[in-house]
Amino acid sequence: MEAVLAMVIGTLYGGGLYLMMRRNLVQLIIGLGLLSHGANLLIFTAGGLRRGGAPILAEGETHFAAAPSDPLPQALILTAIVISFAVTAFALALFLRTYQTTGTDDVNALKETDP
Amino acid sequence: MTLLPALPILLPLAGAIACMLLRRHGALQRGLNILFSVLILGAAVALLAAARDGSILVLQAGGWPAPFGISLVVDLLSAIMLVLGGLMAVAVSVYAWFDMDEGRMRFGFAPLFLIMLMGVNGAFVAGDLFNLYVWFEVLLTASFILLALGGERPQLEGSIKYVALNLLSSAMFLAGVGILYGMAGTLNMAQLAVAIGQGGQGGLVTMVAVMFMMGFGIKAGMFPLFFWLPASYPTPPAAVSAIFSGLLTKVGVYALIRVFTLVFCGDTAFTHLLILAGAGLTMLSGVLGAASQHEIRRILSFHIVSQIGYMVMGLGLFTALALAGTVFYLIHHIVVKTNLFLVAGAIHRLKGSYDLDELGGLYRERPYLSILFMVPAMSLAGVPPLSGFFAKLVLILAGLRAGAWVVVSVALVVSLLTLYSMTKIWANAFWAPAPEPAASDRSGMDRATWRRFLLPMAALAALTVCFGLFAGPVFGLAQDAAAQLMDPAGYIRAVLGGQ
Repeated sequence: MEAVLAMVIGTLYGGGLYLMMRRNLVQLIIGLGLLSHGANLLIFTAGGLRRGGAPILAEGETHFAAAPSDPLPQALILTAIVISFAVTAFALALFLRTYQTTGTDDVNALKETDP
Repeated sequence: MTLLPALPILLPLAGAIACMLLRRHGALQRGLNILFSVLILGAAVALLAAARDGSILVLQAGGWPAPFGISLVVDLLSAIMLVLGGLMAVAVSVYAWFDMDEGRMRFGFAPLFLIMLMGVNGAFVAGDLFNLYVWFEVLLTASFILLALGGERPQLEGSIKYVALNLLSSAMFLAGVGILYGMAGTLNMAQLAVAIGQGGQGGLVTMVAVMFMMGFGIKAGMFPLFFWLPASYPTPPAAVSAIFSGLLTKVGVYALIRVFTLVFCGDTAFTHLLILAGAGLTMLSGVLGAASQHEIRRILSFHIVSQIGYMVMGLGLFTALALAGTVFYLIHHIVVKTNLFLVAGAIHRLKGSYDLDELGGLYRERPYLSILFMVPAMSLAGVPPLSGFFAKLVLILAGLRAGAWVVVSVALVVSLLTLYSMTKIWANAFWAPAPEPAASDRSGMDRATWRRFLLPMAALAALTVCFGLFAGPVFGLAQDAAAQLMDPAGYIRAVLGGQ
């Protein structure tokens, strides 16, 4: 399972970086989205994959019978998803406004402020 | 346990909420902005007073012991950064009182400013890598909106570059966090330091260290990915540029210092050499970029990049003296850079331009403003007896003692070129005769208001002079902070409680 996820993560990173280097604003934002998905899956995989094993102790138990799965990576990912959701929403609004103001979605045309 | 370490986060949050509730009242928000900046400064000074004797203040949020809960940690470096952040917040909020237009005020300049401060302060006190990531995102999101607020075309173009590169750096940082968690099973920085110290820094840890270096390096404006900075910082109103230039890239530098003195210090021959090389290239590319520019804010933005190189150089050398130099440089640089952007804003207010070709004759017209530019500009270039001279002296001395000849010679050449850029602004904007037809006073302020408008700049310039004249005590503070950084055992003990 790790190998499959590793390939998925690699594909997400590769695709994300490729799209970020394109000239189109929409592709740039999709690329950013893919990158953050890749990072989230990476945390999920690196935190250790385990089927079942909910880390909940029943009433009266003090030890887990089998090693439980680690809930922390999922909590981290949840936070990261919320953050990337907010940031993507902002980026979409920014790009729309830029398109309305400049009339272009070509990154190469946005050179006015380049040093 | 006291709540004091949480105050720099709670105060701006309270201020932002108050300002949002009063969103229709521009004037009231301006006042609240200043009030809460002063309160934040007060809390930061109290923290510095408590941390001055070398004790490390730790707040375990919710009473959960480390490493299970969220730890807020204030050591001397954090306290110094908090005080500087508070000072800049006060100066810039007073400047914004006079300069920020009503439209931006109504669209939430004040709450965004305070939320950004909350993110900056949170990053300074975070004792946990994921917490650091969250604070980074808080300050970034607020800064995205501050940068784009107003929606002028250059602002939007600059924002796109800023947003894209900073999100890339966040993704890299987050990936590093994930891998590190997979290896060490913790993200509490003190416990990570213990785990990596015991397990030795293998190849994988070093790879993660480089990911952090890239992530923080982009945010700090280090070579090679610094081009977002001169493309975006000159676009918003002066108050926003000033607080960005004073604090945001410095959060990146702070994070680099924190991580590479506490967690990743097992393979300094590789990682810190890489940092040192990056520092040299950052200095050089920044100052060369500045030399080619002809617009005040762009020159200043490129100089942020080159100055970042100096700060990172001290980290790369990784001796107690060099780190003390870095801390001193941070103290000096934050004050000077914010002040220069404020003065540039005042020039724009007066003449309606930032372009050196369209400016001139300012020395004859406004001698006080000229002095207020001269002091930080000469300090930036490192002219004695101002603060920049001592900051560079310490770093170069540390470099010579470590035998790092190449980076020392780069630092000296860059210092000379900085002087060139500053004299270029001085000669063109202040000394050269005003171009025909001479632009009249566009500030729309009478003499008395203008004097009050210059007050924050005068205060920062006085601070620069004081840091130069009383370099001894300030350097003593920097040395104590560096000593704490070089001995992570104290930090670990304070957080984990002597395990």
